[in-house]
Amino acid sequence: MIETKLTRESFHVFQANARNALKQSEQVPAVLICAGTGCIAGGAMKIYENIKAECERRGLAVYVGLKHDTDEEKSLHVKMSGCHGFCEMGPLVHIEPMGVMYIHVTPEDCHEILERTVLGGEIIDRLVYHLDGVAYPRQADIPFYKKQHRVVLENCGSSDAEDIEEYIAKGGYAAFEKALFEMTGEEICKNITDSGLRGRGGGGFPAGRKWEGARKQTSAQKYVVCNGDEGDPGAFMDRSIMEGNPHSVLEGMMIAGLAVGSDTGYIYVRAEYPLAVNRLRTAIAKAEAFGLLGDHIMGSDFSFRIRVNRGAGAFVCGEGSALTASIEGSRGMPRVKPPRTIEHGLWAEPTVLNNVETFANVPLIIRNGVEWYRSIGTRTSPGTKAFALTGNVVNTGLIEVPMGTTIREVVFDIGGGIRNGKKFKAVQIGGPSGGATTASKEHLDLPLDFDSLKSIGAMIGSGGLVVMDEDTCMVETARFFMEFTQKESCGKCVPCREGTKRMLEILDRIIANKGTLEDLDLLEELADTITHTALCGLGQSACKPVQSTLKYFRDEYLHHVVDHHCPICNREKPHPTIDADKCKGCGKCRKNCPMEAISGTVKQPHTIDPERCVNCGACVASCPFGAITAAKEG
Amino acid sequence: MEDLAHINEICAQFDCDPANLIAIMQEIQAADKYLSEQALTRVAENLHIGTAKVYSVATFYENFSLEPKGKHVIKVCAGTACHVRRSQPIYDAVHDYLGLAGRKKTSADGLFTLETVACLGACGLAPVMTVDGEVHAKMTPEAALALLEEIRAKEERAV
Repeated sequence: MIETKLTRESFHVFQANARNALKQSEQVPAVLICAGTGCIAGGAMKIYENIKAECERRGLAVYVGLKHDTDEEKSLHVKMSGCHGFCEMGPLVHIEPMGVMYIHVTPEDCHEILERTVLGGEIIDRLVYHLDGVAYPRQADIPFYKKQHRVVLENCGSSDAEDIEEYIAKGGYAAFEKALFEMTGEEICKNITDSGLRGRGGGGFPAGRKWEGARKQTSAQKYVVCNGDEGDPGAFMDRSIMEGNPHSVLEGMMIAGLAVGSDTGYIYVRAEYPLAVNRLRTAIAKAEAFGLLGDHIMGSDFSFRIRVNRGAGAFVCGEGSALTASIEGSRGMPRVKPPRTIEHGLWAEPTVLNNVETFANVPLIIRNGVEWYRSIGTRTSPGTKAFALTGNVVNTGLIEVPMGTTIREVVFDIGGGIRNGKKFKAVQIGGPSGGATTASKEHLDLPLDFDSLKSIGAMIGSGGLVVMDEDTCMVETARFFMEFTQKESCGKCVPCREGTKRMLEILDRIIANKGTLEDLDLLEELADTITHTALCGLGQSACKPVQSTLKYFRDEYLHHVVDHHCPICNREKPHPTIDADKCKGCGKCRKNCPMEAISGTVKQPHTIDPERCVNCGACVASCPFGAITAAKEG
Repeated sequence: MEDLAHINEICAQFDCDPANLIAIMQEIQAADKYLSEQALTRVAENLHIGTAKVYSVATFYENFSLEPKGKHVIKVCAGTACHVRRSQPIYDAVHDYLGLAGRKKTSADGLFTLETVACLGACGLAPVMTVDGEVHAKMTPEAALALLEEIRAKEERAV
C-alpha cells in the first residue's frame, strides 16, 4: 500500500483496489481480538501477542492489513478490532469466516483456539456463550446481538480501527468524496435536515438546522467542533466509536466542514480516554498521509485540518460554550446564551458543535440516502441510538438499537434481565441530567426516543442506561447523582453552585433518616428554582434525578422521612457468620480480614462486625476448621 | 530552586500559545507528577499571561494537582455503574489500608495516592480501579489490597 496524496481519480482506483483486497481477505480465516478499553483491561493485548506468537511458532504467515494479489501466500489474518460491545463477556475473540465468538478468553486458550478452531474448524464448547443451557457459538445468534441494529457501530467490532484502507474498502470516505465533488453546502445541510438527524449528545436538536444556521453566517472563519467529552458516568458509546471507528468521526466532521464552509475542526476528548485520543491521532495522521485531510483535498479547493484536544477532568465541559472555552485554554465555564454557538462559538466565530455519535451518522446518511436513514427508527427520531447498558443487568455492554425500541426490549431481550434473579426496579436514563423510569407497564413499553422520554421527565442524554434492581434505594441513587452534580458544578451561577449543595444536604439528612416531610417540599421547590434559573443546560437538568424519583418513587422517600427506616438502606448487609462451637480462636480469619472486621481473643470464639465487613469471603477461605459460613448470595 | 529547563521546552513545543495552556500543563504534570508553583510561574512568563490566569485554569480542572502525588496513583471509579456494583467498599478498603484520614490522599511513605474518578467508561467491567493508568476490572476490596501488596513488595525488593 503506497501512501500518496489522492486525487479524485486515484481515490477511485484506491477504493476499487481496497474493495478487491477486502474480498480476498474475506476468503482467509481471520482472528479478531477485541481491543476496546474493556477487553484490554481483561488482557486482550496478551491474547493478541499469544496468537501471533503461536502463528510464528507454526510458521504461519500473518497478514497486517488487507490482502493484496502481490502478497505472498499467507493463510491467516490476525487483527485487533474496536469494541464488540459485549463487554461483560470479555475478552472477546471472533473467528471468521465461521462467525464464531469466544468469550472470557485467556492467554492460555490461544494455542487451542488456533489448533482446534482456526485450523481444525472445530468449536470449543467451553469458550462459547451459553444461555439457559443453550450454546450460541455464532455471534449473530446470541440474543444480546439479535435484537440490535448496528449501523454506526457496525464496523466497530469487525474492522481494524487503525486501518484506513479497510475503512475505505467498506465504503469509508465515499460520502465525503460525493459531498466534495457533487454537492453544495446548501445541499448537504438540506440532506441532513431531511434525514431528521438529531444531536445524539442530549437534547436532540436537529443537526441540519444547526448546520444551516452556521452555513448562513458570513464570517470568513468558521469551526467544526466534535464533543467527545462524554462525561455522564455510566456512558461509553462515544468512547467506543472513537476507539473502534475513528475515521467515521473524521469523515462526519469533514462533511460538516464542507457544508458550513469551515477549514478547521477540533475534537475534544475526555482525559479519561487515552486510547481514543491515540486512535484519533493515528487516524488523522493516516488521513493526512493520503491527502484526505490537509490543503486542497483530492485536488479540490477545499482544505480541512483536525486537531485533538484532551480534556482535563471537568464534567461541565460537555456543555457547548464551556467546551469551546476549554479549547481556548481557559476555565471551562458556560456563558449566557444567546448568542448561540452557531453565531458565536470557538474564538467567537460561528461554530458547528455536535457529539461523536452525531458526526459518525453523517457519512452513512450521505452515502445511503435520506430515505434509507428515515426507514430506521421513528418518524420524529429517525436512525439508531447507541446505549451503554450497565448496572444490575445480566448483559452489560454497548448496544445499538433503532430509535423507538422499548425499554422492555432493551433490558430483558438484549440485556437478559436482572442479575441474580432479582426484580427489576428502574432504569436511570441520561445520567445525572436524566430521570428514572419505573417498572410499570407504561414505562417498560415506552419507546426510547427523544420525545417519549421527555414526556415522562427523563431524557436520552448521551445514552447511558443504568439498570437498577429491587435492592437499590432510589433516594440513595438520587443522592449519588446530586453529589456528582454538586461536585462538578463549575460555580459560575448561584442556583447551581449553592442550590445543588443545599439539595445534597437535604438528601443526606433524608438518607440518615433524620429528614421530615417538609424536606420533600423544600427539595421540590429548590429543584424547580434551579431548573428555571441555572445558567447552562447542565444546571437546568441537574435536578431531574431528584424530581423524577420524587415523582415515581415517593414511597421510598416516605420510608426515610416518615418511618425513619428504609427497608433497603437499613437492611442487614449479608456477611459470613462464625460458628462459635467450631471456632477454636486461632485468629487466622482476623489476620486475613482486609477490613479488620473480625475481633476476638486467642482461643476464644471470634466475631464479625457487620458494619465493617464487605463480604469478601477471605475469612471463609482462611478458616482451617470450617467454622465460617459464607453469606447467602445477597 | 528546581530545574525548569523542561518547562521551557514544553512551552516551546506548544509555540508558547496561551490557547495550549491546558495541553502544556498536562505535559508538565505527566513529567513532574504535579504542577509546582515555580513551574506555573514559569509557564505564565513564557506564555506572557498572568499567573492568576494560569492558576485559575490549573485549579479548575480535576486532573491537575498542585501537590506532589505518590509514586503510584490509584483511582477508584465512582461512576454510576461502579457505584451500583459496590465500588465504595473498595475505596474504603484502600483508604484504610493506606492509613489515610481527612483530606490526606497520599500515604505516609509517599508510595500511593488514592483518588476517585467520575467514570472511566469501562462500565461493563464495573467496579474498576486504575493503578498508574492501567485498568483493573471487576475489583473487590480483597483483590485491590492484594494488588497494592504486590506493588509494595516489588518496591521493597527494589530498594
